[in-house]
Amino acid sequence: MQKYSIFNLVKNAFSNHENWDLAWKDPTPKEEYDVVIIGGGGHGLATAYYLAKEHNISKVAIIEKGWIGGGNVGRNTTIIRSNYMHDENGLFSEFGMDLWRKMSQDLNYNVMFSPRGIINLAHSDAQMNAYARRGNSMRLNGIDAVLLNREQVKEIIPMADFSENVRFPIFGGLMQPSAGTARHDAVAWGYARQADSMGVDIIQNCEVIGFDVSAGKIKGIRTSRGNIKAKKVGLCVAGSTNILAEKLNMTLPIETHLLQACVSEPIKPVLDNVVTFGAGHFYVSQSDKGEMVMGGDLDGYNSYAQRGNLPTLQHVLTEGIAMMPFLSKLKMLRTWGGIMDMSMDGSPIIDKTHIEGLYLNCGWCYGGFKATPASGWTFAHTIAQDRVHELNAGYNLNRFSTGHLIDEKGLGTKTWIS
Amino acid sequence: MLYINCPHCGMRSQNEFSYGGDASVKRPELNKEVSDQEWDNFVYNRKSLRGKHLELWQHISGCRQWIKVERDTATHEIFRTFKADEEVA
Repeated sequence: MQKYSIFNLVKNAFSNHENWDLAWKDPTPKEEYDVVIIGGGGHGLATAYYLAKEHNISKVAIIEKGWIGGGNVGRNTTIIRSNYMHDENGLFSEFGMDLWRKMSQDLNYNVMFSPRGIINLAHSDAQMNAYARRGNSMRLNGIDAVLLNREQVKEIIPMADFSENVRFPIFGGLMQPSAGTARHDAVAWGYARQADSMGVDIIQNCEVIGFDVSAGKIKGIRTSRGNIKAKKVGLCVAGSTNILAEKLNMTLPIETHLLQACVSEPIKPVLDNVVTFGAGHFYVSQSDKGEMVMGGDLDGYNSYAQRGNLPTLQHVLTEGIAMMPFLSKLKMLRTWGGIMDMSMDGSPIIDKTHIEGLYLNCGWCYGGFKATPASGWTFAHTIAQDRVHELNAGYNLNRFSTGHLIDEKGLGTKTWIS
Repeated sequence: MLYINCPHCGMRSQNEFSYGGDASVKRPELNKEVSDQEWDNFVYNRKSLRGKHLELWQHISGCRQWIKVERDTATHEIFRTFKADEEVA
């Protein structure tokens, strides 16, 4: 594989950049693989990469219905953070933060990781207490957390509404300085390019129609491009999890919901951090191009439509304007929607299943993008070793029947509870 | 914008409604021993169908009645609405 470097950039400039290698090939499916990963999104591509890199399993295929990186990894708000209170989420995400920091070097692909810090705003004394508690839990798990008072927040984001007579005055906030953003497409493409170079077959435009299971063991999959035998199969299909689960006669603690995001017209640099509104569900950051990237609540009903409705967008942006009034002057450049695999406790599932050789990675709710490296790493471990890693041991499927829910915010599919 | 035909009040915008999830889920019977699996299926496990989906909505800013709505989860098209106690054929 051609290395991406300044020297190769200069060298290829002499041939008008016409002789670069393809970043990944377009193979036809082989008859059999050791591992088949269904879903060519961030998590699937990362899983294949770590299978090859950490476990020397390269007879791997990624089966993607559309094109790689065309789902949620191509339509998120690129936020990376590990500001969780519960051990399961905190340790898992902080392990991921470490992978994020090394990712550009590791993949030889600039993912533009920008650790610009995230600030969760607090709007009451009670919320400040809750943030202090969460911050302490984070620090006990080795995650950086800083509790900011009103004046300190004002210094960082003076454009927020600090006037006296607002409905939700800013009392302070909890900041994770090491959190940030990354270029989402580059993450998918970087993993794809490296996985491909290590022998992984990336098979696009190939829809999974069914599974071959006999005697409680997975034998292979049936696809629109023929049958493929596989010793192990991993599901990494986010919002399509329920559709594939139905083909396996499984009913999961997952509902597929619609989540919207939007960007404004590009403006000059105004916001250095990611900021979240504490009295509702709204968050904003500024992209390198200058657009304000904004998101918030689910539309609130089951949907596979990948497009949203205006009432939710209006609700979310009303919160945004309450937090930063200048946003009301911006023109909206574009909005989009993705379909989320909402688990019932708001935490993900990375686990084995009752079918031998079939592994499940789903339930990422609002937080799939930041989990990409850690999810791929632990899922690859779970598949290769046929046992969960201690990092994803809490993300098991049977926690719903045993009562060991990870209720980070108590937010699952029931958005109206919050 | 979704428009939902409330069987009590008529056609109203989605702003007046709150979503209540899959209407085909049945609570286990009270007067018998309930297995863990049955509770699981009632509380957590959902089919989350792509296509026609029978679901509960509450007309929270209207008559406050719970209703059933038959809606396509891929296109958002609404086919039929029912009163909460109406049997759906």
